[in-house]
Formats: sequence, C-alpha cells, structure tokens
Amino acid sequence: MRFEKRTPQLRLKLEGWRSTFVFVLVALAFTGLAARAFYLQGMNTGFLQAKGEARYGRVIELPASRGPVKDRNGQPLAISTPVESICATPEDLDEVDDKQLRSLAKALGMEGAEIRQKVARKDRQFVYLKRQISPEQAAKVIALGIPGVFQQREYRRYYPAGEVMAHVVGFTGIEDNGQEGIELAAEERLSGARGSRKVIKDRRGRIVEDVESMRAPRDGQEVVLAIDQRLQFLAHKELKAAVAENRARGGSMVILDARTGEVLALVNQPDYNPNNRANVTGKQTRNRSVTDLFEPGSTMKPFTVAAALESGIVKPETQIQTGDGTFAIGGWTISDSHPNGMLTVAQVIQKSSNIGTAKIQLQMPAERMGTLYRELGFGSIPQTGFPGEARGQLRPWDKWRPIEQATMSYGHGLSVSLLQLARAYTVFTNEGQLLPLALVKRDAQPIGKPLVSREVATEVTRMMEMAVGPGGTAPQARVPGYRVAGKTGTAHKAEAGGYAERKYVSSFVGFGPVTRPRFIVAVMIDEPQGSKHYGGDVAGPVFSTVMGSALRMMAVAPDAPGTLNVKAVAEEKEG
Amino acid sequence: MARLNVLLLAVAVVCALAVITSQHRARRVFSEIETAQLTQQKLNEEWTQLQLEQGTWATNKRVESIASKRLGMRQPDASNTVVVTP
Repeated sequence: MRFEKRTPQLRLKLEGWRSTFVFVLVALAFTGLAARAFYLQGMNTGFLQAKGEARYGRVIELPASRGPVKDRNGQPLAISTPVESICATPEDLDEVDDKQLRSLAKALGMEGAEIRQKVARKDRQFVYLKRQISPEQAAKVIALGIPGVFQQREYRRYYPAGEVMAHVVGFTGIEDNGQEGIELAAEERLSGARGSRKVIKDRRGRIVEDVESMRAPRDGQEVVLAIDQRLQFLAHKELKAAVAENRARGGSMVILDARTGEVLALVNQPDYNPNNRANVTGKQTRNRSVTDLFEPGSTMKPFTVAAALESGIVKPETQIQTGDGTFAIGGWTISDSHPNGMLTVAQVIQKSSNIGTAKIQLQMPAERMGTLYRELGFGSIPQTGFPGEARGQLRPWDKWRPIEQATMSYGHGLSVSLLQLARAYTVFTNEGQLLPLALVKRDAQPIGKPLVSREVATEVTRMMEMAVGPGGTAPQARVPGYRVAGKTGTAHKAEAGGYAERKYVSSFVGFGPVTRPRFIVAVMIDEPQGSKHYGGDVAGPVFSTVMGSALRMMAVAPDAPGTLNVKAVAEEKEG
Repeated sequence: MARLNVLLLAVAVVCALAVITSQHRARRVFSEIETAQLTQQKLNEEWTQLQLEQGTWATNKRVESIASKRLGMRQPDASNTVVVTP
C-alpha cells in the first residue's frame, strides 16, 4: 500500500487481456525459435554440416608415382621424378601489372605476350602456363608471389639409357600413360592410382586434423626386365656400327639366354632418344625385331635337317648329290651360289646348299617339316607381351606345292620375325627342347617343349659349328677361344610381284659356347648397300664381336683355349 | 550428499583437463607425423633423383668413352690373353 501511494502508475487498473496478449506473443516467439531450431538441427543437418565443413575442410589430391623399370641387375631404365607445372587462374591474373608479368615471364623463360595470350580466355578456371619444369625453377616462380599463379605436382619420366633401350622400354605420353614398349605392355602394373584425403585446415592453411583418408594413393609397382643393360649396350653399339658400315636401311639384333629363354638384349636400327621425341618418326620407333617380318633364308636349314634326322630318313654322313648347282622341280629351277657336287648332310649345312636341303626335304612328307616349323613357333604370336608382335606367315603344309615344299626347306616362302627365329634356336641349345620367351626376369627355369631328340640337337649343332669353321659359309663368325655354332642367311627381299634383284636381308643366328651354350645371338641387317651382301660377310662379324665380348663380359670360361694364340700357363706346384 | 557432489565436481574437472591435454597432444603428434611424411616424400624424391643421376653418370656409353679416351684403356685381344688351366 505504501508503494501505491508513492507511485501513481501502480495504482492503474489494467485490463486482464493485456497480460494474456503479451504472454501469447512471447509464447509464439519461442515456438518459432523451437521450430527453426528443429528445422536446422533435425531436418537440414546434413546439408548444413557439409556447408560448414566446406569452410574449413579440404580435399587434398595425393599424387602417385609411376613404377620404375629396371634391368635384371637393378639398373634403372625408366624412372619418374617429380616436376612442377605452373598454372594460373586467368581471372586473377588480370589484376597483375606489367612489371610483375615481366618478372613472371622471365622466371618461366617465356614472353610476356605469350602469357597474356594463354590467359586470354576468361571462361577458363585454370590454364597451364608451363608444364614440367624443375622443382627449383618452380620455387622461384612461386616466390614471386603473383596472385593467381600456383604450382601443381606432376611426374616426368626419364630414360637414363636413352636410345640404347628405346625400343625395349618405349615411352609414356604427357599424361604419364604408356605409349610404346614395356611402358605400354606393363601399363597396368606400372601405373599408380592417385589418392585423396580430407583434412581440416586452420586459418593459416596448416593441416590440423585428418578427417578421413578417402583413398590412399597407390604407387606403381616396379618391373624388372630380363634385359641386361651391359649386353644391350654392347649389342646396340655393334649393330649401329654394322648398319653404318654396310649403309643398310636398318637392322636388328636379339640376344637370348640359351638356357632360360630370357631376352637379354633387343636392339634395332634406326633408333631414337626417348627423352627428346620432338622429331621422332614411326620408322625410328618401330621395334623391328618384334614387329617386322622377313624371309629367313638359310637360317631355317638347320630345322629342315633336324626334322629329317629325327624321322631317320637321312644320317649326317648320308651323301646328297647337288650336281652343278641347279635343280629343276616342276618347271622351276632352284640354285646354289656355286656348284658343290656330292655333299654329306653335314656339309649341306656347312656349305649352305639350297639344293641339298631341298632334296633332303623332298624325301619326307611335307607334314614332317610343316609340323616342326609350326611347333617351333613360326606363324604364331611369340607372346612375350610386347605390343605389336608379328605372327609371321607360314602356310599350312597340306596346301604346299612341291616347289613351295622345296623353297620352304631353305627359308623362302615364309616370313618370320627375328625374335621368333632366335627363339626357335633354343631347341639346339636346350637339348631339343623349345623354350618360351621372357621379357621380364625369370625366377625359375621354364619348362621346355621337347621337339627333337637330344642326339639330333647335338648333331645339328656340330653341323652348324662346321659352318663357322674352315670351309663353312661364315668363318668370320668365329670367336677366338670359344666354340660357337651358327647359320648364315641371305635372302632376296620379296617385293610386289617377285624377288628384288639387288635387295637382300643378311642374317646370322648362332650360339656359344657349344660345350654349354650361354647365349643365342641373332643378327639381321636389312638391305646392306656395300660390296658385300652374304650373311656370313655382313652379319657374321657382328655376331663374332658381340658373342666374344658377351662371353668375356660374363666371365664364361673359354671352351677352346687352343684357338687363342697363347700358351696355357700350367698351375705352379708348391715346392 | 554435499561431499559426494564436491567429489564428482573434482572428477569432472580432472576429466575436462585430461581431454584438453590429450587433444593438444593429438594435435602435436599429428603435426609431427605430417612433417615426417613430408620429409619421407622429400627423401623419396631425392632418392629417385639420385638414382637417375647415378644412372646417367654410369651409362655404359660414358664409362666406355672415359675408359678409352681419357684413360687409354682397350679390350685385350687374343695375343695378350693368358689362359690359366688347372
């Protein structure tokens, strides 16, 4: 009552509905708030949380590197190293003044106008200013602090061995995918998968917390080839010299491990530098020893003789009359390079007589040789995994005409790749068993396919040893200190409508040491233009140099030390 | 009752402090692992570069040209090879 007297307002008599009205208003306001809260927290929560996270959460791309390619001793043949690409946001770069642009252009080694032109398209979010520069150079560019310019990590492929390995290893494109050779063949194994992770960044852009690892990056796995870099280098050097010396159109060489079928070296001419492919043509990138076919010529004769010995129709000392060097079959004439008269089967190989081989072949059913040829892998893909492997041409034996049967026996009328031919020779180095080829290093001895008996393989090897001996077709292929065996081949090149008069393919396939073969070396020179064109003269010396150096390099003990012009030093007896 | 309340309050405070410490430690360890990963990446890159460098210096071509030109070495031929027979 005291208060009412002092403050007249309290004496006012208010109507009851007014307080009710205020209460309802306040209640409504709270209901509104609750509804809003429920809407945000309950119904829209996912969307809002995502929005919030987008303010501080970042997805980081994690680059993965491509696996390296190595040779059998672990030498790197292809390796990816990080490089930086400089990118820009065109919109941001607009505000950059000329002075800054000039310094940017200078750091990038470009013209200012060139940059202006690159960022001219405003609809693009992102342009590359320069791709794949060294991390050091990129750091300098970024240090300029020009807005809208940033770097992006990429990987660039380097090939330390350059042109020596070019055809085997191949190369990758700018997107780091394989284009040729092993890079293409083993693409799945080599290529990595990019990863990404989600993180929380603080105000200063440091990563504070991992929200989740979305995808871990997977680096590519390494591929260890069967190739031996030293042998490859040796083969490359000698082949290059031989092609230049004979002014040939090209050439190929394959070195196989005689006991495992592994490809130890594979080279071709012409070649190219995989690190700088600015003006490279298809002629240079073609892996000729795998993709190109040629008529093997006389290098097929050992197989014909092996088939004949195997069926027992002839013995090594059986006499064959080759007469005056010409022989007519069904209206066609085949000839030898010079008349040989009466020859034994062994001498047919030694002197490389076409007539002799044809006569041996005509004594047995076509099926014999046809089946052996096919089983040796001619006319079918070698399945090394190399891109573009050639199948070669071998017509079924039941369609052969007599003249075809005769020419086929000395390697005309069919086509093979050098790799196929080298592989077929594993029957002679492996006791009559044909080995599968391997481009990737082998862990275990492969299982061979027995095609001829051990005795026949030894017998034919002895004949091929005679071919590189005195009176043979390729004395130039001899290797001092070692017993080697091999066969020459000289074939006219087939052109539209027949054989070209003065175009040859000269080849030599051989192996050594005969006592326990280690290497098979196959050499092919395409169209030698010099004064010589016989396989023994052109390819024989290349075989000799490469085989000799390879055996020395691998410390193979000489199995014919007598041919070295040295005295054997007897071991000193302790006194 | 009041005593229990005080005790629970103390427990709550201790827990709160523990959470703070462990969060702090987690952040620190995280930044450490981050740095370590960065170092690992750097070292990996350096390693590939060194491999590449070694591969380039050791190419047979270069070794051979140095051996024959600068050091005057050559392959021994048959006339100066000695075979030691057991």
